[in-house]
Amino acid sequence: MTSTLRALLGACAVSALSVAAQAETITVATVNNGDMIRMQGLMDDFKAKHPDIDVEWVTLEENVLRQRVTQDIATKGGQFDVMTIGTYEVPIWGERGWLVSLDDMPAAWDADDLLPAIRGGLTMDGHLYAAPFYGESSMVMYRKDLMEKAGLEMPEAPTWDFIAKAAAAMTDKDAEVYGICLRGKAGWGENMAFLTAMANSFGARWFDMDWKPQFDTEAWKTTLDTYLDLMNNYGPPGASGNGFNENLALFQTGKCGMWIDATVAASFVTNPKDSKVADQVGFALAPDAGKGKRGNWLWAWNLGIPAGTKHEAAAKTFVEWATSKEYTELVASKEGWANVPPGTRTSLYENPEYQKAAPFAKMTLDSINAADPQNPTVDPVPYVGVQFVAIPEFQGIGTAVGQQFSAALAGQVSAEQALQSAQSLTEREMKKAGYYK
Amino acid sequence: MARAVSTRRKVFTTALAWGLGLAIFFPIFWTVLTSFKTEAEAIADPPLWVNFHWTLENYVTVQERSDYFRHFWNSVVISVGSTLVGLIIAVPAAWAMAFVPGKRTKDVLMWMLSTKMLPPVGVLVPLYLIFRNLGLLDTRTGLVIVLTLINLPIIIWMLYTYFKEIPVDILEAARMDGAGLRNEILYVLTPMAVPGIASTLLLNIILAWNEAFWTLNLTAAKAAPLTAFIASYSSPEGLFYAKLSAASTMAIAPILIMGWFSQKQLVRGLTFGAVK
Repeated sequence: MTSTLRALLGACAVSALSVAAQAETITVATVNNGDMIRMQGLMDDFKAKHPDIDVEWVTLEENVLRQRVTQDIATKGGQFDVMTIGTYEVPIWGERGWLVSLDDMPAAWDADDLLPAIRGGLTMDGHLYAAPFYGESSMVMYRKDLMEKAGLEMPEAPTWDFIAKAAAAMTDKDAEVYGICLRGKAGWGENMAFLTAMANSFGARWFDMDWKPQFDTEAWKTTLDTYLDLMNNYGPPGASGNGFNENLALFQTGKCGMWIDATVAASFVTNPKDSKVADQVGFALAPDAGKGKRGNWLWAWNLGIPAGTKHEAAAKTFVEWATSKEYTELVASKEGWANVPPGTRTSLYENPEYQKAAPFAKMTLDSINAADPQNPTVDPVPYVGVQFVAIPEFQGIGTAVGQQFSAALAGQVSAEQALQSAQSLTEREMKKAGYYK
Repeated sequence: MARAVSTRRKVFTTALAWGLGLAIFFPIFWTVLTSFKTEAEAIADPPLWVNFHWTLENYVTVQERSDYFRHFWNSVVISVGSTLVGLIIAVPAAWAMAFVPGKRTKDVLMWMLSTKMLPPVGVLVPLYLIFRNLGLLDTRTGLVIVLTLINLPIIIWMLYTYFKEIPVDILEAARMDGAGLRNEILYVLTPMAVPGIASTLLLNIILAWNEAFWTLNLTAAKAAPLTAFIASYSSPEGLFYAKLSAASTMAIAPILIMGWFSQKQLVRGLTFGAVK
């Protein structure tokens, strides 16, 4: 009897120990991009440092991920312990108390090393709500050979007038070379990301300080006219369906003279494995119109922790590892400095090895620094965000306005009609949402 | 003369059928072809047909990055499970409506069909909350329940149509010979309806296998089927078409193979009673 009791007690102790030794599992929701996939391949390092934490990944396409994590955090579904979210979501979710504050990250993580523009976009009322994993702005990528053939030299900080002149000179439609490629596909993160940033440089804004839509202003008219003029005269055919990937394919196959888009594209177009024009690509800041703001945006993919997660401490440990300087060094040691996630830390841009490996580093940093999400426009605005307005209604409104502008590019409506429709639909939605009567 | 017109029509119909068949099959063919190209070749203009460097690199990358077999097994459990549970409910329901119809049978059938008319997104949040409260999020059980309910109207409608084609006299004769309800369904009705039941089963497995809205919204890491596996290779910022094609080919291959081997049953069932 005694031996049976002993055996039972022993079994209980062993099972209790095995439960205690069992690793805590966190679920990380993320997007499918090169940097995130690379991190998944480096999990051995995390596991070696934190054997008590297992990480399960849910990788989804950007739009599916956005819908999925929004639904989960809004309903407190508890499916994810770490979420990859953009600079659009962070201020909105932070304000609502949906995210765990990261103010208490250890000193070694060095929050002061984060690029000020990026940190500013992730901070609400003085609290940091997400850790940036990778940041980007937009800039001009151009073909040096075509520019030289046209007898022009790209300035480091071009104007829209120069871009139009260069686009005209580089276009050779018979040879299927188009002077400029820009986003035309409708969507708040597609053509409206580009057009909102472009509008900032022309002195336009989405709303005035009373939240009244501003599409009936001269500044928006100039913006849309310039965009349509560029694309209709010097852009590729069917541009109203072109997003990042379509333009990347056009540029890589030598069909674009200039392309203004995300700085992350620099590593793709300069990669000789995928790009026919890899050795002929130059970079410049996004254009301006002499009004003090450039037409570049600011975006970062960040790691946020949903409030109410049962694994907050483990989630923080993971976020700290993934967004640390040590992680950058780990990527550099395994895959080279050109492959480290860019756009988040000052120290990276001060690193001579990175400067040497990434010829686009300076332009990326200058572009990021040129964007100010807290003061994105020439005239004051009541919102945060450079190429978006950080309010929950913006996804719907931005896409609806994007459809109007895409229709104008396709020639289905005039620029004037598109602006009128944009004005009326935005007014209607903002009134309905209670921003004004 | 009549024979000449008939031959011409036959040739025309055959050519049209082939043309339509090839047009429908082309996206699958192109996906498979792209999966053997490099990323640069995948976006080449003009498109490359066969004169490219055939490579298995994309399959290797996909295999290294993702746990294909976990997703595959989830797809099998969810699609087969939901179809079997659906059949267990649908066979008696369709039998009752086909052979002992009531005054409101047609209304009931229409009501069941009307549930398919509601856009799924309309009930996403309530269902998500119910699943959260019941602990069914990211579980195969939860998905079996949802897909059973979603496909039940189709299963019942298909079986009802097949059962209606079976002469009632045969069942009555069985009853005259002393067969009870159980024997009537098991030994008389079922053997006659096997082609119909088989095609319903196969079609529902295909529908459940390809269902992407609920499987993407109600799963995370544990119960995610092959639809989530494909979604993880789509990217709006980066040209990963070749890898996406490899993932898609791996996801559709099992169901294509199943469809290929069971096409005789499928066609037989789908045309059951079409020509009297």
